[in-house]
Parts: sequence; C-alpha cells; structure tokens
Amino acid sequence: MKLTLHVWRQKNAQDRGRMFRYEVPGVNEHMSFLEMLDVLNERLIEKGEDPIAFDHDCREGICGMCGMMINGKAHGGFKGTTVCQLHMRHFKDGDELYLEPWRAAAFPVIKDLAVNRSSFDRIIAAGGFISVPTGSAPDGNAIPVRKLDADLAMDAAACIGCGACVAACPNSAAALFVGAKISHLAHLPQGQPERDRRALAMIRQMNREGFANCSNIGECEAACPKEIKLEVIAQSNADYIKAAFTERPETAIGGAG
Amino acid sequence: MSATANLPLDELRFWETSVGKKAVMAVTGVLLFGFVIAHLLGNLQIFESPEKINHYAETLRSVPVLLWGARITLLISVCLHIWASFALWRLQRAARPIPYVKKSNTHSTYASRTMMWSGPIVLAFVIYHLLHFTFGVVHPGGPFDKHNVYNNVVYGFQFWPVSLFYIVAMIMLCYHLYHGLWSMFQTLGFSHPVYTPWLQRLAKVAAILIAAGNISIPVAVLAGFIKPV
Ligand code: HEM
Ligand code: SF4
Ligand code: FES
Repeated sequence: MKLTLHVWRQKNAQDRGRMFRYEVPGVNEHMSFLEMLDVLNERLIEKGEDPIAFDHDCREGICGMCGMMINGKAHGGFKGTTVCQLHMRHFKDGDELYLEPWRAAAFPVIKDLAVNRSSFDRIIAAGGFISVPTGSAPDGNAIPVRKLDADLAMDAAACIGCGACVAACPNSAAALFVGAKISHLAHLPQGQPERDRRALAMIRQMNREGFANCSNIGECEAACPKEIKLEVIAQSNADYIKAAFTERPETAIGGAG
Repeated sequence: MSATANLPLDELRFWETSVGKKAVMAVTGVLLFGFVIAHLLGNLQIFESPEKINHYAETLRSVPVLLWGARITLLISVCLHIWASFALWRLQRAARPIPYVKKSNTHSTYASRTMMWSGPIVLAFVIYHLLHFTFGVVHPGGPFDKHNVYNNVVYGFQFWPVSLFYIVAMIMLCYHLYHGLWSMFQTLGFSHPVYTPWLQRLAKVAAILIAAGNISIPVAVLAGFIKPV
C-alpha cells in the first residue's frame, strides 16, 4: 500500500519545527508501524536526507520507549497497543497520517518525534524508597497480601511510563501515570510505611514539573497501552488528601529517631 | 530524598498543588449544588400560587441570620470555585504551549471538555440573575416590586430575550453538572468499578432534572400558563 505521512520535523530543542509531507509507497501490511518508519528512514538516508528521529527500544510493547501521535491519537488509538506493536494491516492504501510528538511543556522535543521524558523519572525518584530488608531473599509467602490488592497492585504496576496519558490528555495532566505509581505501592503491605510521604512527594513533583490537573475527562484511560484505569487517579487523590491533612513536623522526643 | 517519613512543611501546600485545588473545587461544587437544588425547590412553588412563593420569599427574609449565613457561604464558595478553576486553567494552558496539528478526543464527553465554557457562562448568568431578580436593577419588561416576587418573575420572563438567556444558561448548567456531579467523587478519592458508572448516570439525571425544572418557569410564563396578578 501507499501512504502519505505528515511528520513533525524539528532539528533540536531550539528549532521551531514544522510538518513535512512524505509519500511512502510499497508499505507491507505485515510491517509494524515502526518498521514502516524504518523503511522510510532508509530511503531518506539513501537520498542523503536526515532520517526521522523516533524513540523505541524493545519493540514488544513492554519498555515504554516508543510513542507518537498518529492522527491525533496516542500510539494510534488502538486498544492496549503501543505504537511498536501496531501493525500496518490496520491502515489502507491511500491513508493520510499525521505523526506528531507527545505535546507537553514537561516533555520537550529532543528531535522530530522523540521527546524528553526525564520529568517522569524525577517523579519516580521523588517517590523514594520502600523499606524492605535486603540481603538474602525473603520467603515469598512471609507477608500475606489479599488477592484483590495483589491484583490491583499488579494492574497499576503494568504502567510502562510511555507518556501516552499525558499526550492524550486535553489538560496535559500526568495523573494517570502518577496515579498508577502511587496505587501500585499503596495496595501492597511493603508500600505502607512510606505511603503518605510518597503520595505527597510524587504529587508535588508532578506539579513542579509543570503537569496540569486532572479533570476526570478520561482520554488517558482510553489511550493507555496498558489499560490503566481512572480508578488509580482516585486512589492517588485519596492518598494525597489524607497525607496532606495528617502531615506534621518531625518529633523524636522518645528517642525513636 | 531525606530518609525521614515526614516532609518539611514548607513544601508545596495543599491548595498549591493541582490535586488540592481540585479538592477545593469539588467541595465548593457540592455546596453550590446543594444551593441549586434548594433554589429550584423554592422556585417551583410558583406553580402553586402567587401567595405561596411570595410567602416563601418573606419567610427567607424573616430569618436574616440564616439568609446571610447562606449568602456568605455561597459567596465564599463561588469565589473559591472560580479562583481554583482559573488557577488550574492557567496551569493547563502553560502545560501544552505547542498545540497538536491534529488531536482527536474520542472517549470523553463534550461536557467534560467544556467545563471552562459552561462554568463562566453560568457565572455570567448568576451575576445577571442577581441584578435581575434580587436587586431589580436590570429588570426589563415590567415594574420591580421587592415584595412581590411572583410578579417580578412573571414580568421578567414575559420579555422573551431574557427568558431565552435563562434557558441557554440552564442548559450550560446542565452540562456543567453532567460532568461535575460525578467528577467530584473521583476528585475526592472515590472510584469504584460498579458504583462510579451509577454515579455517572445519576449525575446525568440530576443535571437534566435541574435544568428542566428551572427552564419550566420561563416557558410557563411565555406560554401564558402563569400570568401576573
Ligand atoms: C451554580 C454554579 C456552579 C456549580 C453548582 C458548580 C459545580 C461544580 C462541580 C460539582 C464541579 C466538580 C468538581 C470536580 O470535578 O471535582 C465543578 C467543576 C468545575 N467548575 Fe463549577 N460550578 C459552578 C459554577 C462554576 C463557575 C461560575 C465556573 C467558572 C468560572 C466553574 C468552573 C468549573 C470548572 C472549570 C470545573 C472543572 C474543574 C476540573 O475538572 O478541573 N464552575 N463545578
Ligand atoms: S499510565 Fe499508561 S499511558 Fe500513562 S505512562 Fe503509564 S502506560 Fe503509558
Ligand atoms: S519500543 Fe518498547 S514499548 Fe514500544
């Protein structure tokens, strides 16, 4: 099949950038979306042009590196699918596709379709540690975890940090990502000792990075390749609100610390 | 990060974070919703008799503590609600300086994406409404008599452009509550795979009933069911 692509080209973070049009003939329906871009890039290189920069790593939907807007939909808008797992059979001859990078002040463009998501790393770092004994491996069943909590924690832990939720959100909120990270540990016994400070620190860092608020619109949930639910946002709101109202200065009169 | 469980209190405070501001919106939104319900129930007495609604208005005024208590609470709520909405709106604007060439919103309601349109239109309406029926300073269509609420309403709505504006504003309020009434639960931390969809349905029904109830009054006046006395 033959496609027409309109791709955001931007040399570097300072460049203004603009959309460029590319005709891509000879696209095989068995290619993945990124393979289609690889083919286009090889042709560009042969012509002596600059290839289109885009992020990717595992290409099997688990690392969270890939991601771009395809016709205004994060990862192309297919249920539970990262763009690396998106196959060209979903498109047809003559389709015209607009490829744009994630748009958010907290995700500055590095080049073309690749954005800098260090803001997510800093939110994770702000979340800090959990107190578990290191050394020899603990007995797997030493701490009982309710089945429902284990399920909810694992569902939240499925977040790969791709940033599609921010990209799809009309507000550029990172609530789904942060909610997934806060919920993940909030459901586990190992996450309890630092639960309050984690919620406070991650929400505050989220705001410092310039992510806006959640309006419970729900575009993130639909865009998330790991199908993280809006429920995690409510969970993180609850944790944050409780922590904010119980936060108090340190005390160590009894000598505990 | 420090190794203590407590953070210094000079970090971003509750209302300085987006989650805190949303909580402020949700709590003030509940208060405003309570008012809207009470106000509607009061207004619908116009269908009973002129005496009934005029008496109701007198009763409200006869307990100044309650009346002013409610007015002050509402004024503070409105101010906080609007302050938070504008602060968050500015945050949203700053969070995406370069817009998409193409953006498709497929899974969200129109109401949820237009809170910043429906809200300010409702605000404009509230201001006009106060000037119209509370202070009586902008009351085209007939005389304004502080002690005859019934006639004020009927004369007021006989002037059709005003009625039209009221009807449009109530449709905007409907949109605002359509999203707001369930959104506030999510904001305050409640979400449930079974109950949240029910809350969404309830929010729709409540929003539509509130708008329909309020709209019925100007429509009844224009249709001639309710006449001045
Ligand atoms: C009768 C008056 C009003 C009522 C009953 C009302 C009620 C509500 C409720 C219940 C919410 C949900 C809060 C949440 O999502 O947690 C809300 C949200 C909102 N309100 Fe209002 N509101 C009123 C007036 C206004 C006005 C005048 C404005 C605009 C200046 C406004 C702007 C907003 C916005 C922008 C949101 C969404 C906030 C967000 O989701 O981020 N509202 N409102
Ligand atoms: S919540 Fe979903 S969309 Fe957001 S970063 Fe995690 S995996 Fe990506
Ligand atoms: S490249 Fe790893 S998730 Fe797509």
